[in-house]
Amino acid sequence: MSMTAVGRPTRPEADSDLHPVAAFGKGLAQDEPLIFELNRWGETGVDFDLDGEDDLTCRDLAGLTRSAAPVLPGLTEPETMRHYVRLSQKNHAIDLALYPLGSCTMKHNPRLGERMARLPGFADIHPLQPISTVQGALALMGELAHWLKTLTGMSAVALPPKAGAHGELCGLLAIRAAHEARGDARRTVLTPTSAHGTNPASAALVGYAVREIGQTDEGRVDIADLAAQLGPDVAAVMVTNPNTCGLFERDIVEIARLTHAAGAYFYCDGANFNAIVGKVRPADLGVDAMHINLHKTFSTPHGGGGPGAGPVVFSEALAPYAPTPWLTFEGDRLALIEHSIAAAAESQGRICAFHGQMGMYVRALAYMLSHGANGLRQVAEDAVLNANYIKARLSGVMSAPFPEGPCMHEALFDDEWLEGTGVTTLDFAKAMIDAGFHPMTMYFPLVVHGAMLIEPTETEPRGEIDRFCDTLLTLAGAAKAGDVERFRSAPVAAPMRRLDETAAARKPRLRWTPVDA
Amino acid sequence: MRYLPLTETDRAEMLALIGAPSIDALFVDVPASARLGAPVALPGDASELAVERRLGALAAQNRAAGSGPFFCGAGAYRHHVPASVDHLIQRSEFLTSYTPYQPEIAQGTLQVLFEFQTQVAALTGLPVANASMYDGSTACAEAVLMAARATRRGKAVLSGGLHPHYAETTHTLAHSAGVETHRLAAAIDDEAAVLSRLDADTACVVVQTPNVFGTVTDVSAIAAAAHAVGALLIVVTTEAVSFGLLKSPGEMGADIAVAEGQSIGNTLNFGGPYVGLFACTEKLMRQMPGRLCGETVDAAGKRGFVLTLSTREQHIRRDKATSNICTNSGLCALAFSIHMSLLGGVGLERLARINHARAARAKAALAAMPGVEILTPRFFNEFAVRLPRPAAVVVEALLSKGIVAGVPFSRLEPTAGLDDVLLVCATETTTVEDIAALAIALKEEIAA
Repeated sequence: MSMTAVGRPTRPEADSDLHPVAAFGKGLAQDEPLIFELNRWGETGVDFDLDGEDDLTCRDLAGLTRSAAPVLPGLTEPETMRHYVRLSQKNHAIDLALYPLGSCTMKHNPRLGERMARLPGFADIHPLQPISTVQGALALMGELAHWLKTLTGMSAVALPPKAGAHGELCGLLAIRAAHEARGDARRTVLTPTSAHGTNPASAALVGYAVREIGQTDEGRVDIADLAAQLGPDVAAVMVTNPNTCGLFERDIVEIARLTHAAGAYFYCDGANFNAIVGKVRPADLGVDAMHINLHKTFSTPHGGGGPGAGPVVFSEALAPYAPTPWLTFEGDRLALIEHSIAAAAESQGRICAFHGQMGMYVRALAYMLSHGANGLRQVAEDAVLNANYIKARLSGVMSAPFPEGPCMHEALFDDEWLEGTGVTTLDFAKAMIDAGFHPMTMYFPLVVHGAMLIEPTETEPRGEIDRFCDTLLTLAGAAKAGDVERFRSAPVAAPMRRLDETAAARKPRLRWTPVDA
Repeated sequence: MRYLPLTETDRAEMLALIGAPSIDALFVDVPASARLGAPVALPGDASELAVERRLGALAAQNRAAGSGPFFCGAGAYRHHVPASVDHLIQRSEFLTSYTPYQPEIAQGTLQVLFEFQTQVAALTGLPVANASMYDGSTACAEAVLMAARATRRGKAVLSGGLHPHYAETTHTLAHSAGVETHRLAAAIDDEAAVLSRLDADTACVVVQTPNVFGTVTDVSAIAAAAHAVGALLIVVTTEAVSFGLLKSPGEMGADIAVAEGQSIGNTLNFGGPYVGLFACTEKLMRQMPGRLCGETVDAAGKRGFVLTLSTREQHIRRDKATSNICTNSGLCALAFSIHMSLLGGVGLERLARINHARAARAKAALAAMPGVEILTPRFFNEFAVRLPRPAAVVVEALLSKGIVAGVPFSRLEPTAGLDDVLLVCATETTTVEDIAALAIALKEEIAA
């Protein structure tokens, strides 16, 4: 490191090329106590709009009121802004850098969606105000439905599901209802070992037993095993496509054919739709139901864990079993069928209050209209191109479990290349943080040892992708060179060092208590 | 294309490095019969200005609640949200971050969740709260499943005061999971009726306060009776502001409290996204659905927060998980928590008192009116009235005078035979002038 005449480094201190970015825990970054430690008990930061004649005694509620106000602190606006802005600076975000979480599709979130969703005509309308006063909202839902149906080639869509897992539940409820309507109660759902955890969890929630389908050496569904397991008790086959190894299920049409021949329905987990939107229509693959995570493919913000939205597209056979409400016309006006009676007698019923995630619909439609049919196709192509580029750049150094052929939108590596180095996938991921990048998805899918699943998405500039690859290659070199301590101690440049998750689970402390003070 | 940074040169060079002759060579695994040769039949890309025009035109076809006197509640409530809340939830680091699975670089979100859980626990009067559910209705359904797991019993009794959407959502999920639901007929003031169906197979009774008709009930006696036969009490609240004034579910003996948190920090959004609150006793902690944030220390001994007890969750336990929930309502929980941090306990209490005072004035204005009968005996900020003709007809008539008078109960449940019942809600956003306008218009309409 070179110094100036006054003894300062000529460039920001970074103790090697592995630490080009030390964004956290430095300089003005402040530790921030909990709101309960700011000495604002018994205060409020809100001024109220009182009318002189308001009777605040609430005498008529005698015996029903709590003995004292809830014991929670109230911060003024300046304190509030500081608290949350300081906390925000301890988070990584897609607006800061690449966020390569495989299976999560962390892409840029257009701010137009935020502006549109906040128009009073969308944000300040009540779900139960007269239908004649929300015609624009219903038209928006209709247009979103049209886009989703056209992009998937499917005949119907249920908008209410509030997230991907909720969509799976909705799709499986329709499948169960369709079987029951024929008096054909089936008890089993088949899903690959590589499936998202939500697949078996959703199937269990709908009362199904879950059996796993084997996988080929190529990382795809083992058709022979599927055929052997299909039978009169199988209600549905749930397959993610492109799958969680980042590969397109080459035999998907055959999977659908076998499934249908056994009298079962083909449910597709659409979490990875981003790889094929505008290029492939799931209907042409034989899919009966598929959820679409609007917070993935159609880029509504992840928000630190939601809200999302998980509309489900259905084939004609399953459409009658969709949940209420759904859109209809009464004359030339749009209306909602809100109850499982008359026209909706076969509906699976409600899966949530009101009409679903309107705020997410607005954002998703803004995204779709912006991209158009051509732009969405480009989205899939660029997402796949970026992933294959990363795979090509890293493959000489890191080992890929399924090296043959192209991947789709995500590149999967295993930990074979780390063998003998003393560095684990976890260590490697944590060292990425010190090097300025968020880790990739680790240890998923479960079928690959020490899995590292990298999904760059289409919104990364090439320079950022190159910088990411350069960093990983440098880190990989350090791991192979035996610099184990750097990895085991990582991260050191993040707001926190490695956290003790075992201690957290052993004696759970899930809220602040005054004993802490 | 303003969102796609790759240039044609980038694409060509990247393909060359990959060794692929064309982009389509990367889609070689797609069966030829399913490859689309051209874009689907939808419009092409559009400028930001064009999209704003298009969506702006759709928004303009809706009547915003704030554009005139407005009295709808019934599970979604119009409250004032401080400006700082909306500013903060649009911070990139909150808005565009993922679920905090990498705690070292997600302490912002994690600390917020820890504070949120503490706030929800204090409001509900129960020791353990999770990091949010999709909304109040799905939280209610999950609570019933949790009660069935915890008691190993297969029956749930739902009160006639439970919001019909909550009852239907709960029935859908419970039925599929093999839990029987017994829903009582709509009743304005009879939460205790759940006790009539209580037996040794009952996993839980579900009551709501304030209920869908606005009725406030002290459910302590119901708790005692349920516990006496080994059943759990689930208390549902759709109006979270009421926690500032009314006895908390925990104080009344609830084992599980679920609520819609939209009222605090979140706008109406035509019904979603909202945020489900979920709290329970210590004993039930390991049966909870959803994420939990817990305190721990890092390698340097510094306090920090992580997602914990994940062995309950789908990504670890798969088909043995307590729920399938993954993505929840993180950003709505953040909005809730910021607004709650501004209000504080005393601020929430004051807000609650103002809500009650405005609703009391609305009630007084309507009670004096011939032909209008107030049905709700004890209410917080909404109440039910019986009108001399179908409520939906009256609402349409008042709409032509620029007033949204409330929610006809038949909108929620057309088969209940309560067509003449209107649910009327007032909050701190309801002015004295709004109430006067409602009273005048309703009087004219009834006299007509």
